[in-house]
Amino acid sequence: MGGLWRDAMRELATDRLAIASLGLLLVLGIAALAGPWLLDYREDEIDWAHMAAPPFAADGHWLGTDRLGRDLLVRTLHGLRVSLAIALAATLVSLAIGVGWGALAGFLRGRTDALMMRFVDVLYSLPQVFFVIILTVVFGRGPSTLLIAIGAFGWLTMARIVRGQALALREREFVEAAIVGGAGTIRIVGRHIVPNLLGPVIVYATLTVPQVILVESFLSFLGIGIQEPLASLGNLIADGAAEMETASWILAVPAGCLVLVVFCFNFLGDGLRGALDPRDR
Amino acid sequence: MSTLAFILRRLLSAIPTLALIVALSFLLTRLAPGGPFDEEQPLPPEIRANLEAAYGLDQPALVQFGRYVTGLIRGDFGPSFKFRDFTVSELIADGMLVSLTVGLAALVLALAIGVPAGVGAALARGRFGDRLVMALAVFGISVPVFVIAPLLALVFGIWLHWLPVAGWMPGRPADLVLPVVTLALPVIAYLARLTRGSLLEILRTPWIRAARARGLSQRVVLIRHALPAAMLPVVSYLGPAAAAVLAGSLVVETLFALPGMGRHLVQGALNRDYTLVMGMVIVYAALMIALNLLADLIYAWLDPRIRRERRL
Repeated sequence: MGGLWRDAMRELATDRLAIASLGLLLVLGIAALAGPWLLDYREDEIDWAHMAAPPFAADGHWLGTDRLGRDLLVRTLHGLRVSLAIALAATLVSLAIGVGWGALAGFLRGRTDALMMRFVDVLYSLPQVFFVIILTVVFGRGPSTLLIAIGAFGWLTMARIVRGQALALREREFVEAAIVGGAGTIRIVGRHIVPNLLGPVIVYATLTVPQVILVESFLSFLGIGIQEPLASLGNLIADGAAEMETASWILAVPAGCLVLVVFCFNFLGDGLRGALDPRDR
Repeated sequence: MSTLAFILRRLLSAIPTLALIVALSFLLTRLAPGGPFDEEQPLPPEIRANLEAAYGLDQPALVQFGRYVTGLIRGDFGPSFKFRDFTVSELIADGMLVSLTVGLAALVLALAIGVPAGVGAALARGRFGDRLVMALAVFGISVPVFVIAPLLALVFGIWLHWLPVAGWMPGRPADLVLPVVTLALPVIAYLARLTRGSLLEILRTPWIRAARARGLSQRVVLIRHALPAAMLPVVSYLGPAAAAVLAGSLVVETLFALPGMGRHLVQGALNRDYTLVMGMVIVYAALMIALNLLADLIYAWLDPRIRRERRL
C-alpha cells in the first residue's frame, strides 16, 4: 500500500454516498449468501396454505409469497445471489481478457497494437445485445451461456481503457529501466505495467458489475436468460409483471432489489473514480 | 468533397460491418449443437432428410451461405423454421411498421423533452430546477426499461385506468402512449445530462464571451452561438440512443403485446428459430447502422469545421 492508495482510501471515506453504498452492498451480499439458509423456507418450497400472500400477512413470510406460495424474500435473495454471481464472474472474465489484451497492445505498440485494437473496434461495431441473443439461441439458455455471451463483449471497453494507460506508462522511466535491465515482455507487462493501471481498472470494473446485472436481468426477463426453477432478479421481475394486477408486491420486491443494487454499484463506482482518478479532484 | 460523395463514402463503409454481421450470425447458428428439427420426439429419418432437403440443409455449409447471401441481396431472408407457413421476410415486414412507429416516436419524444430539460438545467445551474432535473436523470438512467415498463403499466393502466395496458389496434394511438413513454424515459434522462454538461462547457468558451462582449443579447448568444455547438455530443449520442431504443423495444413489445419485430425476435429466440433470429438481428443491425449514418450526416452539417472541409 503506497501513499497513493492511502490517499485514495481517505478520499473515498469522505464520500458518504459511496461509503453508504458500499455498506449496503456488503449487507445485501451477505444476505444473498447466508439469508436463504437462515430463513424458514427454501426457494422452491411451496407453502400451500399461503399463496400470493401480501408482505407481513402470513407467518414467517416477511415479504409475502408468490402465486405458487413460494417465499418472496427467500426467492429474491436467491435471485440476487444468482445475478451477483453471474455479474461478478462475467466482470472477472472481462477484466482478465481486457487487461491482458489492452496492456499487451499498449506495450507492444506499432502494427501489433493496431491489429489488436482493430479487432476490438470490429467487435464494438456489432449490435451486442442481439449477438448475446444469438449466442443463447445457439448454446441453449442458462447461466454458463450467459456468462460466455456477456463476457465475450464485456472486455472491449476495458481493453481500450487499459491500452490508453499502458501506452502512457510505457514511456515512463521505470519501464525503460526494466527494459534495459533485460526483463522480458511478459514480465514487464505483468510486473510493471498492470500494477500501475489498477486504479482505472478498479473503477471501471465496479461500473461493469451493474451493467452485467442489467443485461442478465434483461435477458432473463425476456425468458432467454436464467430459467425456472432457478431464480434471477430478471425472471422474478417477469413473474411479478405477470401478476401485478392482483399482487403488485411480487413485482415490487425484486424490482426494488435490482434498482437498489444498480444504484449502489454506480454510486460506489463514481466515488472510486473521484478517489482514484486525480484528474477529477 | 461534395455532399453526395461524402454520403456515398459513408454508405460504402457500412457494407463491411453489415457483411461481418451476416457472416458471424450465419457461422454462429451453424455452430449450434443439434439442428432445427431436433424435437422432443425424434423425427423418422426419411422425414428428417426430406425436411433438410426442402430447406437446403443437406448442402455443404459454404453453399448454404452462398444461397443465404444471394437471398439477402434480393430481400429474401429464407423460410422460418418454426412458423412453417411464413417466410422470415414476411414476419419482418409484418412487424417493421409497428416497431419503427414506436421507436421513432420514442426518439422524437426523447429529443423534444430531454434537450430542453438539459438546456433549462444548464441555465439554472446549481439552483433547485437544475438539481431536480439531474436527480430525475440519475433515476431514469439507473432504472432499466424492464422495471419502468411494468411500473408504468401498473400505475397508469391498472390503478388509474388512464391508458390501455396492452394490445394494438391500428388507428388507436392510446395503445402507443405507454410503450413510447417507456422507451423514451431512459433516453430523455441521458439526453438531459448530456445537453446540460455540453452547454455548460460551451458557455465557458472564449468565443461565447466574445459574442457577449459584442453586445449580443443572452437569447441570441444562446440560440445562434451556444446551442448549435452544444448539440454536437447530443447528435453523436443518437446512434447509441437508437441502439438502446431497439433493445428496449424487445421488452416493451413483449410486455405490452405489440405485434412488432421485437416480439418476433424474442419468440424466435425462445423457439430456437435460427433463420428468424438471424434475419431479425441483421435487420436490427442494418437499422442501427442507418441511424448512425444519419447521426454522422447531421454532425457534419452542424460542425462548421467539417462543413467547410466537405462543403456540406
